[in-house]
Amino acid sequence: MLSLIYLTGSVTFIVGLKMLSNPATARRGNAVAAAGMTLAILGTIFLYEHNGRHLRNYGWITAGLLIGGVIGFLSAKRVKMTAMPEMVSLFNGMGGACAALISVVEFNHMIRAFSGGVEIDHLQLLIVFAGLIIGAVSFAGSVIAWGKLNGNIKDITFGGQHIFNISLLAVMLILSVYVIAAQPPFTGILFALILLLSLVYGVFFVLPIGGADMPVVISLLNSFTGVAAACGGFLYNNPVMLTGGILVGSAGSILTILMCKAMNRSLKNVLIGSFGGTHGGG
Amino acid sequence: MNVILSFIQAHLELTYVVILSIFLGVEVISRVPSVLHTPLMSGANAIHGVVIIGAIIVMGQAEADNYLALILGFLAVILGTLNVVGGFVVTDRMLEMFKSKKTK
Repeated sequence: MLSLIYLTGSVTFIVGLKMLSNPATARRGNAVAAAGMTLAILGTIFLYEHNGRHLRNYGWITAGLLIGGVIGFLSAKRVKMTAMPEMVSLFNGMGGACAALISVVEFNHMIRAFSGGVEIDHLQLLIVFAGLIIGAVSFAGSVIAWGKLNGNIKDITFGGQHIFNISLLAVMLILSVYVIAAQPPFTGILFALILLLSLVYGVFFVLPIGGADMPVVISLLNSFTGVAAACGGFLYNNPVMLTGGILVGSAGSILTILMCKAMNRSLKNVLIGSFGGTHGGG
Repeated sequence: MNVILSFIQAHLELTYVVILSIFLGVEVISRVPSVLHTPLMSGANAIHGVVIIGAIIVMGQAEADNYLALILGFLAVILGTLNVVGGFVVTDRMLEMFKSKKTK
């Protein structure tokens, strides 16, 4: 039954996206996707089973859904029309943070299981790390993009920023590979360090990019979050998370490129263009 | 190499789903008019809110004595719901504005 619900959910996402790309049906497409999402959430709450056990902590889940739902609904209803892109960015960041938190909890589970004598599945650990890093980068980047759009954060560039960013990314990846390959006793600390570095990277990734290019960056971060959500899909063998996430990941990437084209820029130009020229970086 | 092969074998269906979804995502929106870029981005933003399902599972599987999992899971559920609800509502409002502009 739950598989059927997930299948329906995946189909509504595809149909919804398709309808969203046509002016005549866009609004209905949004409603279709929303309906599919509601179905998938309700199905998960009431029907999900793992090793024959239903979910627990219904009180917490309901409270979380209520709090998030009310805040989300009200802030989305009240936001001014001109402030909508920054709102989208903020919501995108929430999704990224959600994906990162899932990874944190799953990592915690794995470490607990490991100290109880269960072998760690390296590939699963890889997915946990991918979800953590992508989610955290997306969260930090989106919050910065949000701050930039409402004018609270200025463009900041400094010499060698490009090299700084790349080395930051390299350190993160090397650390992750190290933690995944070996199982050192300091895993927890390293894990926290990687989380921290991912957040820092997200900040520095978006900081130098000009305000006018923000929609492109938000779209890019949007597809990042999609991939982070898909990592969750792999983790729980959950088809609707996987299709939804990957669909947004690929559609988001194409959309990013289309948006660049509409502005007569290339993606490379948007992302690293700010390092040369007037700002005198790099 | 063996690890990758065994991973693909163990997750054959998921691997197919991933690859097909990538192409599907590209196909589905490749001819979107540029006026719809922002609403489409917003709609896609709401759709990746499916991550909420993972949050619900995390929350639902947390042991009653694992406070870290409980608190983080709770936070994840709130943030995920924000993403889903806020995302769809904002998209709807954007498209509403879009429509009223057209009829004027």
